[in-house]
Amino acid sequence: MNRFAELLDRLSYTPGRNDKLALIVDYFRHVPDPDRGYALAAMTGTLDFKHAKPAMIRGLIEERTDPALFRWSRDYVGDTAETIALMWPVRRGVNRVPDLSEIVEELDRTSKLDMPGRIAGWLDALDENGRWALLKLITGAMRIGVSARLAKQALAQYGSLDIAEVEEVWHGLEPPYLDLFAWADGLAGRPEHGALAPFRPVMLSHPVEEADFARMDPADYRAEWKWDGIRVQAVSEGGVKRLYSRTGEDISGSFPDLIEAMRFEAAIDGELLVVRGGAVAPFSDLQQRLNRKTVGKKQLSGFPAGLRVYDLLVEDGEDLRPLPFDERRERLEAWVAARAEPRIGLSPLIPFASFDDLTELRGHAEAESVEGVMLKRGDSPYLAGRPKGYWWKWKRDPFLVDAVLLYAQRGSGRRSSFYSDYTFGVWKDGALVPVGKAYFGFTDDELKLLDRFVRDNTINSFGPVREVTHEPEKGLVLEVAFEGLQRSTRHKSGVAMRFPRINRIRWDKPPREADELQLLEKMLE
Amino acid sequence: MKAFTDIVCPTPKGLYCPPGDFYIDPTRATERAVVTHGHSDHARAGHGSVLATKETLAIMGARYGADFTPSQQAARYGEKHRIGDATVWLSPAGHVLGSAQAVIEAHGRRIVVSGDYKRRPDPTCAPFEPVSCDVFITEATFGLPVFRHPDDGKEVAKALHMLEVFPERCVLIGAYALGKAQRIITLLRQGGYDAPVYIHGAMEKLCALYESLGVELGELRLTKDAVKGEMMGKVIVAPPSALGDRWSRRLPEPVNAFASGWMRVRARARQGGIELPLVISDHADWDELTATLLELSPQEVWVTHGREEPLVHWAGLNGLKVRPLHLAGYDEEDGEGPQGDNLKSAEDAAGEPA
Repeated sequence: MNRFAELLDRLSYTPGRNDKLALIVDYFRHVPDPDRGYALAAMTGTLDFKHAKPAMIRGLIEERTDPALFRWSRDYVGDTAETIALMWPVRRGVNRVPDLSEIVEELDRTSKLDMPGRIAGWLDALDENGRWALLKLITGAMRIGVSARLAKQALAQYGSLDIAEVEEVWHGLEPPYLDLFAWADGLAGRPEHGALAPFRPVMLSHPVEEADFARMDPADYRAEWKWDGIRVQAVSEGGVKRLYSRTGEDISGSFPDLIEAMRFEAAIDGELLVVRGGAVAPFSDLQQRLNRKTVGKKQLSGFPAGLRVYDLLVEDGEDLRPLPFDERRERLEAWVAARAEPRIGLSPLIPFASFDDLTELRGHAEAESVEGVMLKRGDSPYLAGRPKGYWWKWKRDPFLVDAVLLYAQRGSGRRSSFYSDYTFGVWKDGALVPVGKAYFGFTDDELKLLDRFVRDNTINSFGPVREVTHEPEKGLVLEVAFEGLQRSTRHKSGVAMRFPRINRIRWDKPPREADELQLLEKMLE
Repeated sequence: MKAFTDIVCPTPKGLYCPPGDFYIDPTRATERAVVTHGHSDHARAGHGSVLATKETLAIMGARYGADFTPSQQAARYGEKHRIGDATVWLSPAGHVLGSAQAVIEAHGRRIVVSGDYKRRPDPTCAPFEPVSCDVFITEATFGLPVFRHPDDGKEVAKALHMLEVFPERCVLIGAYALGKAQRIITLLRQGGYDAPVYIHGAMEKLCALYESLGVELGELRLTKDAVKGEMMGKVIVAPPSALGDRWSRRLPEPVNAFASGWMRVRARARQGGIELPLVISDHADWDELTATLLELSPQEVWVTHGREEPLVHWAGLNGLKVRPLHLAGYDEEDGEGPQGDNLKSAEDAAGEPA
């Protein structure tokens, strides 16, 4: 358990993705089975202990500490599990430190009645860090900045495996993943499993550049809308129905309405969207349905989930992935037509003769639900990963606005000595109102110049935040690119941007020439 | 019979002793001051006279210039001094070099002002000595039961382990220039680190002073004199404000560490962009505070700067007569006062040009 606690502790303070990977790989290398398998399960969120819940743990600390002292402490620390870990009264020499596997297996096996005593015994035996890790494990809210995908990536890196293959076998396997580690260690082959409705690694596209078109014959390509939703894989086999994200995370729980509509034997690739009366709603509507553990009636009726399908991977047990796109498309169209399921609609092909036709269409697409166009070769098989030369994404040009730098905040990790997070605003009735925040889009050299500007033009400091000069004649204009705009009650300006980034620094432009809020409000209409 | 407050009472300038007509750690200039230790929120310049340990006087001289007061009175630990109708003597507080508790005796009563203190061993200063008393005035910087400082040797070992894991980087430890920095360097030496320790220019004077007062720090080098690549795999000690400063850009991919009791709370470390929190404090943790109160069991406990409320609550539950004093002004110097770590505040004032 100490080794696992140390891993979580280090991960929680390590900002960089590669450094996190290195820490996890190092852990897999040094910790034996089955502990490392349970650690992988904890990081991928596949553990659930039905008798160990946060309320019970709160009860344990209330029995042992003064309630007022607990309340002050909780207010100060800001996290219940951490507060309990720090406050737990020490009883030295009461117990040996348990292994992670022992804890996981006992948590699974122990009855509700015996659970409080069992957990208290472990808390007595562990140190602060160990207690924190145990409580994070039990409550399932790790918040260490590690996604399931990153943990699988670490396993792939550890065993020099292909991440797509790891994702493909993943859903048939159970903690502590002994066969997976045996495969990674080269002691056994790829685990085979008879699990139904597994995830198939998705095929991804490359962004198309102007220069690529010269080498592309329009006749070889099919065009589809690039929807502004969530790429998913809907699989229903032998009564098992699952909805996967593009990285293979099972998100079925958030979409019972869609699961209910999956009355078929197939694996399909498509876009998850909110669809009302046949019309696709903007991404902000879909956000109401994402990352929810339970879905209320209001969400189900107000934000109904639907699919726009664009590929058929498996039909009635037949793997169609080796077939060329055109053949799969034919099968897909017939398949959709035969179903007449209102939640499952076909993502149409867009007829075009030349790429110029598409340029035209791309600009006039349904503004809120489409981000551009996909180009797919008619002869492309369905390949895992991002193979070169088959699929291209052609995003609509971003929206641009000239805004004025208002505040800057220091970054973290390698950027901790740089003011690298910028809050910017536009004019409204002669004053600047903040409309967004951006922290990328510039080069390292530009970052140095921006940092210099912030330090030389600070008018106020609030902890790590600096307010910089922003007067009509004096200040810095940033050309901000963004993908879309939503109404927002959280922002003073009433608007919120999607994916804002610094497109250009307008050293030449005085703030008075920056844009008005009206311009953004017009985009909303 | 005189009341305790006739011997020591809180005033806007700090604790005042009417029978001796002097202040203890006054926050403003006064005629006569007794100073417990050299941190600037306790030791200010401009008093008419100052009684303190010789180390504290030397620290004040190094920071404010030799003329920080017209009259210096060096007191050895345990040596009694008559001031007016009061007797004052100093007892080690274990906080930083030269730190002392002020013991005040008058009208047949004894009141101890702890200043800042800790109970665990510190190789750079004399250990806390408990003095039985009628009133014990305690600090409460870490007066919450979540603050239990771990073994400092193990904390420093974490920094040394980082050097092994990332040999191409350096470990930059933010530590207050007076006390914490020298303690960290000494702990590094005890942990087997015998390479040069690189220090920020703002540390130079106080490190030299510590050495002249007999605290050995081993080989120190200034970061500004280091050539490219020299600091890879090395430990650098700097004031906390230098961590986010442009100054740090000259260092080879520093692992930002911060040595403070506040590092016990994860959110605190993360807000400061700290990659390696080191829970090392020069203040008593919760267990030390409560054990000290039980050990002394004075007639009354008065609680000054820090988280008074929880400690007052605990003392009440444990049958002690207790009151909070609500003194203002003790928070800045070692960054462990009630305002917490001022990691961000004095940012560009770290003393060395970028």
